[in-house]
Amino acid sequence: MNASNFVEGVDFTMYLILGISVFFLVGITAVMIYFLFRYRKKNNPVATNITHNNKLEVIWTVVPTILVVIMFYYGWAEYKPMLRAPKGAMEIEAIGQMWKWTFVYPDGKMSDSLVVPLDKPVKLNLVSKDVLHALYIPAFRVKQDVTPGVNNMMWFTAQKLGTYDLFCAEYCGQLHSYMLSTVTVLESSDYNTWLVTQPDLSDEHPGLTILKKNACLSCHSRDGTRLVGPSFKGLLGRNEVVIRDGNETELMVDRDYIIESIKIPNAAIVKGYLQGLMISYETTVSDEEIDQIINYLESLK
Amino acid sequence: MTVAALSQPNFFQAKKGIASWLFTLDHKRIGLLYLYSIGFFFIVAAGLGVLMRLELLNPGRDLIDAQTYNQVFTLHGVIMIFLFIIPSIPAVFGNFALPLLLGTDDVAFPKLNLISWWLYVIGALFALFTLFYGDGPADTGWTFYAPYSVRTGTNVSMTVMAAFVLGFSSILTGLNFIVTIHRLKTPGMGFNQMPLFAWSLYATAWIQLLATPIIGITLLMIVAERVLGIGLFDPSIGGDPILYQHLFWIYSHPAVYIMALPAMGIVSEVIPTFAQRTIFGYKAIAYSSMAIAFVGYFVWGHHMFTSGMSGPAGFIFSILTFFVAIPTAVKVFNWVATLYKGSISIEVPLLFALAFIFNFSIGGLTGLVLGALATDVHVHDTHFVVAHFHYVMFGGAGFAFFGALHYWFPKIWGKMYNKAMANLAFILLFIGFNLTYFPMLIVGIMGMPRRYYDYLPEFHEMNMLSTFGSWIMITGLIIMIINLVVSKQRGAKVSGNPWNGITLDWQTSSPPPLHNFDKMPVLPEGGPYNYPDAISTHEEKEKKDDE
Ligand code: HEM
Ligand SMILES: [Cu+2]
Ligand SMILES: [Cu+2]
Repeated sequence: MNASNFVEGVDFTMYLILGISVFFLVGITAVMIYFLFRYRKKNNPVATNITHNNKLEVIWTVVPTILVVIMFYYGWAEYKPMLRAPKGAMEIEAIGQMWKWTFVYPDGKMSDSLVVPLDKPVKLNLVSKDVLHALYIPAFRVKQDVTPGVNNMMWFTAQKLGTYDLFCAEYCGQLHSYMLSTVTVLESSDYNTWLVTQPDLSDEHPGLTILKKNACLSCHSRDGTRLVGPSFKGLLGRNEVVIRDGNETELMVDRDYIIESIKIPNAAIVKGYLQGLMISYETTVSDEEIDQIINYLESLK
Repeated sequence: MTVAALSQPNFFQAKKGIASWLFTLDHKRIGLLYLYSIGFFFIVAAGLGVLMRLELLNPGRDLIDAQTYNQVFTLHGVIMIFLFIIPSIPAVFGNFALPLLLGTDDVAFPKLNLISWWLYVIGALFALFTLFYGDGPADTGWTFYAPYSVRTGTNVSMTVMAAFVLGFSSILTGLNFIVTIHRLKTPGMGFNQMPLFAWSLYATAWIQLLATPIIGITLLMIVAERVLGIGLFDPSIGGDPILYQHLFWIYSHPAVYIMALPAMGIVSEVIPTFAQRTIFGYKAIAYSSMAIAFVGYFVWGHHMFTSGMSGPAGFIFSILTFFVAIPTAVKVFNWVATLYKGSISIEVPLLFALAFIFNFSIGGLTGLVLGALATDVHVHDTHFVVAHFHYVMFGGAGFAFFGALHYWFPKIWGKMYNKAMANLAFILLFIGFNLTYFPMLIVGIMGMPRRYYDYLPEFHEMNMLSTFGSWIMITGLIIMIINLVVSKQRGAKVSGNPWNGITLDWQTSSPPPLHNFDKMPVLPEGGPYNYPDAISTHEEKEKKDDE
């Protein structure tokens, strides 16, 4: 069994095109080398001016034309089914943001890596919170751009149990190559158990849930490690040197500074970090949520 | 011992001093100014390429951090595309050889030609400038995709302005060549007596003239969005990121033909000269250049198959892409057929031309995988694409550039390079090139995305092989460059026509005098490649009588 329903068609097209290609490449190269030695000056002191040959030229125009139409046809025929998901496919929301994937299942549960049931069509609704990403599962032969403001989707039926790589294939900034995850294919019954045993998000500090949901933690660590942005550990009350309007100033991180950093992140950048990497969350994170975030940060001493 | 050829000083001797170069109006000198500046940037960007390969030798960090890697591939891409391969053959060899091939004394607008070079220099300085201030060079990739390019803090505006200025340089060169080809052909030379390199420059020039303004305005839109906050491409301020992709590729796909067509022109000059017989299918090659240039305008959407494009749009862009493949295949067959019953001397320029055919075929054939919808979905934005475009641009156009350099070297400097060294450099380059990029095709099909600073362990072997290949390749490049630089000083003097060519460029002394020809060049009887010493077949004569 193939890993997904698309593998057979895509691979067939691939072998067809590569097969024809290898045939032509080897043929052209062999003829070229043969002529090169057969008609060396030593072997053939006087050249012949042959300007054209209508029959030959018609043949070598018509044959490639037929071949490319065949290749095009299979490319199209195997691609067409990707465009529309079957009715009744299970819908999962796949959210891409710098530099993390989040998957939201029909009952509202969330996970960082995708888990799907065997033999059931799955439709991924693709959402980007910031820049372009692309969701790519090589083993399934599927890929689709995840574009902010555009409702793209992709679908597949997983046909083999196992865990497969899932990549971000569209460049999205500094940690693009770390924006990876996995797809795990489970028996239907195992899938249901998995879904139930997913930790219920309400046990968590609500501030932490918001940080996770918005992928804040892919750039800000909770344990003091330096990532793309300053760590959250001991942030409140820390003294930082920041660059504001091109000038260095020192300040103590307080409520106001955190609110500003969420709403207008580039107004003041902590020295030693790059400007422009964080986008404004003014419209995505509400004031109440900010309160909860600050409440959570207070616990991270 | 004939000294008659020395009647006029050659173009090096005609004037002296630095100013006589920086403000020269002589097309040959401008060609050389381009050669030195383009050569410099090629070496810089090749160094960046080797640096990336070193970083990718092992998974995890080897040398540089992720942000630096992203800036390096962007700078590498921007330099290689805008400062090396787009100007390369037209600006260097188009300038040097086109007037010679047409039997005239200069291009139509020598001053405009000088301005083009200066614009090139200014654009290049803009690009270099990004290295030294603010948060450093752009980290967007050479495609500047929005909305990331609108948001990142790196010097995108400056980089984009560099590309904008370089665009004008390209437009002016194109304009100059179109007028030159229409107006300045030597008496008796019609379009169908023109050498094929001139034909290919003509087709290219129309693309330069008509497509480049689109990228110019698109890049300005990015600057407007970054500086003034006008919502054009960033959806968070009301823009459309897909619109950017369309505008970008409407130029950048035809730009592929700005790189490829002149290279094909070079191959069409080199093969008949070293086979000492006429080109097979002159008209097929000439007109297919125009066909490629025209159809090439309508295939840009093949870069966007995974962007959420509708089914019908995908259908049309895919099938048109396949149609461009046909004239390209026809050219390859014509070149191979030109070797048939030739009287071949295996010299370095010919080796580069044949290596072009091999590499470019791989580039074109892998392009079929990318043009077919189902397979493109799988390999789009993987290392398969990285390998594909290096096969086209480097193994194809880049090798043709090196071939042209070895072909006209004796014409430019009147000396010959060390052929043994040149052969050695060629072999290392060819092997190194294929060892660098063939594994990328495989690792791409395995699923490794491009622009990846770090990768999973399953991709390790192929990346290692590729990095080893880059070492062999760079050795070849270094030997080639040293050999040419040394030979330019100390090479053995040669006659005006060391390859026994019959196009008009070989009818003057080497180096040519300032005004190119001491006496009117004589058009070869019966077409630009109709070698007088070769036999004309009986059937061929009959056919001609029928026409
Ligand atoms: C010494 C020779 C070269 C080496 C070792 C080299 C290597 C590389 C590598 C490793 C990448 C990045 C792959 C990735 O992470 O996605 C790359 C990208 C690229 N290369 Fe080269 N390359 C060389 C020459 C060239 C030439 C001659 C050209 C064009 C004429 C070229 C054009 C490009 C472009 C356009 C990119 C894409 C940059 C981007 O993703 O924005 N390279 N090259
Ligand atoms: Cu990404
Ligand atoms: Cu294209």
